[in-house]
Amino acid sequence: MTRKKVHAEKQAGINELAKTSTGIPGLDEVTLGGLPTGRPTLICGGPGCGKTLFALEFIVRGVELYNEPGVFIAFEEKPEELAINVASLGFDLEKLQQEKKIKVDYIHVDKTEIEETGEYDLEGLFIRLGYAIDSIGAKRVVLDTIENLFLGLMNEGILRAELRRLFTWLKDKGVTVIITGERGEKTLTRQGLEEYVSDCVILLDHRIINQISTRRLRVVKYRGTLHGTNEYPFLIDEEGISVLPVTSLRLDKPVSTNIVSSGIDELNNMLGKGGFYKGSSVLVSGTAGTGKTSIAASFIKHACENGERSLYFAFEESPMQIIRNMHSIGIDLKKYQDAGLLEFYASRPTLYGLEMHLVAIHKAIKKFRPDVVVLDPITNLITVGSVSDVKSMLVRLIDFLQSEQITVMFTALAMNTIVNDQTDEGVSSLVDAWIQIKDIEMNGERNRGLYVIKSRGMRHSNQIREFVIKDTGLNLIDVYLGPEGVLTGSAREAQKLLEETGHLLHSHAISRKDRELIRKRKVLEARIESLKTEFESTEEELNKVYFEEEIKKDAEAVTRQKITDLRKGVKLKTEENKKTTKEK
Amino acid sequence: MKEKYELRLYVAGKTQKSVTALSNLKKYCEEHMHGEYSIEVIDLLVHPQLAEGDQILAIPTLVKKVPEPVRKIIGDLSNEEKVLVGLDIRRRKIS
Repeated sequence: MTRKKVHAEKQAGINELAKTSTGIPGLDEVTLGGLPTGRPTLICGGPGCGKTLFALEFIVRGVELYNEPGVFIAFEEKPEELAINVASLGFDLEKLQQEKKIKVDYIHVDKTEIEETGEYDLEGLFIRLGYAIDSIGAKRVVLDTIENLFLGLMNEGILRAELRRLFTWLKDKGVTVIITGERGEKTLTRQGLEEYVSDCVILLDHRIINQISTRRLRVVKYRGTLHGTNEYPFLIDEEGISVLPVTSLRLDKPVSTNIVSSGIDELNNMLGKGGFYKGSSVLVSGTAGTGKTSIAASFIKHACENGERSLYFAFEESPMQIIRNMHSIGIDLKKYQDAGLLEFYASRPTLYGLEMHLVAIHKAIKKFRPDVVVLDPITNLITVGSVSDVKSMLVRLIDFLQSEQITVMFTALAMNTIVNDQTDEGVSSLVDAWIQIKDIEMNGERNRGLYVIKSRGMRHSNQIREFVIKDTGLNLIDVYLGPEGVLTGSAREAQKLLEETGHLLHSHAISRKDRELIRKRKVLEARIESLKTEFESTEEELNKVYFEEEIKKDAEAVTRQKITDLRKGVKLKTEENKKTTKEK
Repeated sequence: MKEKYELRLYVAGKTQKSVTALSNLKKYCEEHMHGEYSIEVIDLLVHPQLAEGDQILAIPTLVKKVPEPVRKIIGDLSNEEKVLVGLDIRRRKIS
């Protein structure tokens, strides 16, 4: 029945090789679908590189995810030992065996017990295998490590012929097989198993650079299909293996025009569009103690208050430390942590290699699904890798975050050494926005100056702001630009005071002038008044003369008339005149 | 008192090797331990589940369960010397 199904599958996809998903995160992406169905795959590597676990996870995931029963033939470890070894990964072998989903068969080959004489074959192994496969209808088979046969059996000629027959037989059975093999000195496996397994070969590696080990995986060969050819780091943790297909990168990620606030209003203003673009990457760099973590914390605070999920990768401080320290600037991260909006992921950079960090970060992000991610600080990673390593890791991380539309903030410690300047530069070309905090040293004190060095796609400010950390939060203040240049901190305050004093003096001087003016006006007005009076009296005088003259003229006219009248002797007229005066 | 030899011969069908092994075994047993042995022939094609118990890989395999220690002799048993050493018969005779 098993065979028929596989045949059907093969016929359905004539052009394409049928593949069996391993269920190991990342590996199916590297192999573009999984291992070749119905064919053997060789997994080789040095001791302790995870071959057995790899194979076992293939079986367990097959049951859990794809409902494909599997047979695990162990040549090295007893079933009980295996069960204990993988129990820590959450695989319950006992239970799966009872459910007839998995069959673990232990084949023990002890040279001391065996005497060889004459011709033989390995039909016994075939029968056992066939029996195990048929008893649970297995589709997946693991032989771990078949090379052990070479230790127990002397006749290599027979063994090799039988192995060749075994693989043909397994192909005919239509089961997908993983064969593990110890790495040899010049060949992929000690016994040259790669000769027999020609369809797919995966090499596991466990390399130690700078005392830090990194596990890597490479698909050496995969007949009949495309596959990723690079070395991919992989991680073994409490959930099994995860492979990171890190370098399958293209520049075709979706972009967003949505804005994510930085959490500091003044900084938003400086950025031009009121924040960062969603899914962009932000670098906050600065020397020690300039408040990089504080910026990151206020970024997180804002995100959490808007109900967005945040993930904080701490490479320097423990979560407790960060929470305590951020209390001092009025940010209560604990609250968000309790609400499930914020999660910390703290690890020492030296815990494992860069690639492993990347895998771990990937895993954490995939699990928590945050909207906002903070890495604090990335410069600490340099302790485990070179500058270029860190850069290539960050490229891949940024790329991944971009594709997931997650906004990321990196903090980077800048020291005044050439190497770290380069780091800054190296990373800064990758990020979308770069905020730098610089110490401005003046008059025996240090103050923080904040620059927005770049912000792609925005008209950002070219101004320096003074970055002030108070117990109520972060603030940006316009720096003082005076005749003496840029002033910050107490110098700025002093200058302000100085200006205020000047202002006071100035206004005082002005008011004095004003008063004087008023006084002068008063004096002048008084003088005008007196001149006016003088003029009036002169006028009066002049008028008096004029009047007198008039009166005189009138009187003279009257007198002259009287005289004229007298001369004419008209009395009547005089009497008449008297009468009129009386009537009046 | 001597322990009786309990021998099991695992075969898979009637192949040439199996037949040779069985006839060789019978010959040695008759020569070296008459009446002190029992031979059980197990055909794995009929009872595949039995292969697990004695950790059988190669066919044919001769397993000596008793007396201890357990020994396995694989192959068609064509080398008499090796078979006798394997069954602890030769050594006991020397000593």
